[in-house]
Amino acid sequence: MTRLAFDQVACFRGGRLLFEGLTLALKPGEGMLVTGANGTGKSSLLRMAAGLLAPAAGRVERVGAVALSAEAAALDEDKALFAALRFWAQLDGRDDEAVALALAAVGLAQLAQVPVRLLSTGQRRRATLARVIASGAGLWLLDEPASGLDARALGELSAVMAGHLAAGGVILAASHQPLGIEMRELAL
Amino acid sequence: MSGFGHLVRRDLGHAFAHGGAWLPLVFYLLVAALFPFVIGPDAALLARVGGGALWTAALLAALLPVERLVRPDIGSGVIDQLAIRGLSDEGIAAAKLIAHWLSFGPLLMIATLPAAALLNLDGATLTRLEIGLLLGTPGLAALGLAVAALTASLRGAGALIGLVMLPLAVPLLIFGAGSGPGALKLLAATSLLFVAGAPFVAGAALRAGRS
Repeated sequence: MTRLAFDQVACFRGGRLLFEGLTLALKPGEGMLVTGANGTGKSSLLRMAAGLLAPAAGRVERVGAVALSAEAAALDEDKALFAALRFWAQLDGRDDEAVALALAAVGLAQLAQVPVRLLSTGQRRRATLARVIASGAGLWLLDEPASGLDARALGELSAVMAGHLAAGGVILAASHQPLGIEMRELAL
Repeated sequence: MSGFGHLVRRDLGHAFAHGGAWLPLVFYLLVAALFPFVIGPDAALLARVGGGALWTAALLAALLPVERLVRPDIGSGVIDQLAIRGLSDEGIAAAKLIAHWLSFGPLLMIATLPAAALLNLDGATLTRLEIGLLLGTPGLAALGLAVAALTASLRGAGALIGLVMLPLAVPLLIFGAGSGPGALKLLAATSLLFVAGAPFVAGAALRAGRS
């Protein structure tokens, strides 16, 4: 059972109050899209949800495994894409098949043996998404998952997200672009 | 815990990936080869200063990989991802410490065999040096890791790493190159202190770097 709840959360970064009194609750099958101008604390919100950042006030409650796709791909540049993803999959207790399925879901199956450093911006984004998919975590935190994606990859992203929600997962995404999927919106 | 072993293996593989782990080894041997040129072909003098020279070379060789121990992993988000998966910052640091030592400690000990020949060290001195390196290099690795984590968020930390690490390594050098009967015990004690403390220092630095 995956759940994410913010209770009266405030975020204080670099001497500025980014937001306060933020309350939200996401149950299985629910997604939420965080919108807002640059620097309004979207990424900080996701990092709080991941437990990487302590809220200045309030409480963050999280039940179940979590996967974060942030700006940095966290994939070893010299390794082949498959091997780089496998490192995380093994940490998550997932087998190679989960990695192969995740690569296929984001349309990178044929690039499995290409070193990560040779991937383009959009391919890197999709590889990051593949890491999230392969983790098998119920709660997905996606920071700008659509940046750098072409129309076809955007369609795949929407399909993958819809599939995750349908399977009882929870998604909290921050994006400037529409993600092609119906979700509640939270404007910061 | 399997995540810990995984991380050690990954970091070790990383160290050897570009042949980066061979750099300290080559550096160490080069310094050992340069010394006879500087000191001159006085075999007795070389044998007397050789142990200390190799310790200095080992310290400087241990400095080389420090800059890429922690900083790249923070930049690429690897540390964040490990933290999300529930690994403690201290655990991450301890895994990195083990991998770091494995990537240069044993190699330096092997390289000491030809280096000792270059400096005309006798068997007893060589044995003592090897035992000293076995005891002392974990301490050097611990210092390197702690300094790497502390300076990871700084721009142009390369020069600073040396300035911070070299003075702290003085006790290791003194007891490592020292010849008194208690020197090895004191070396072991200093090294143990560094190894025990480094994961906590580095872990706290990683945590502080996130907020």
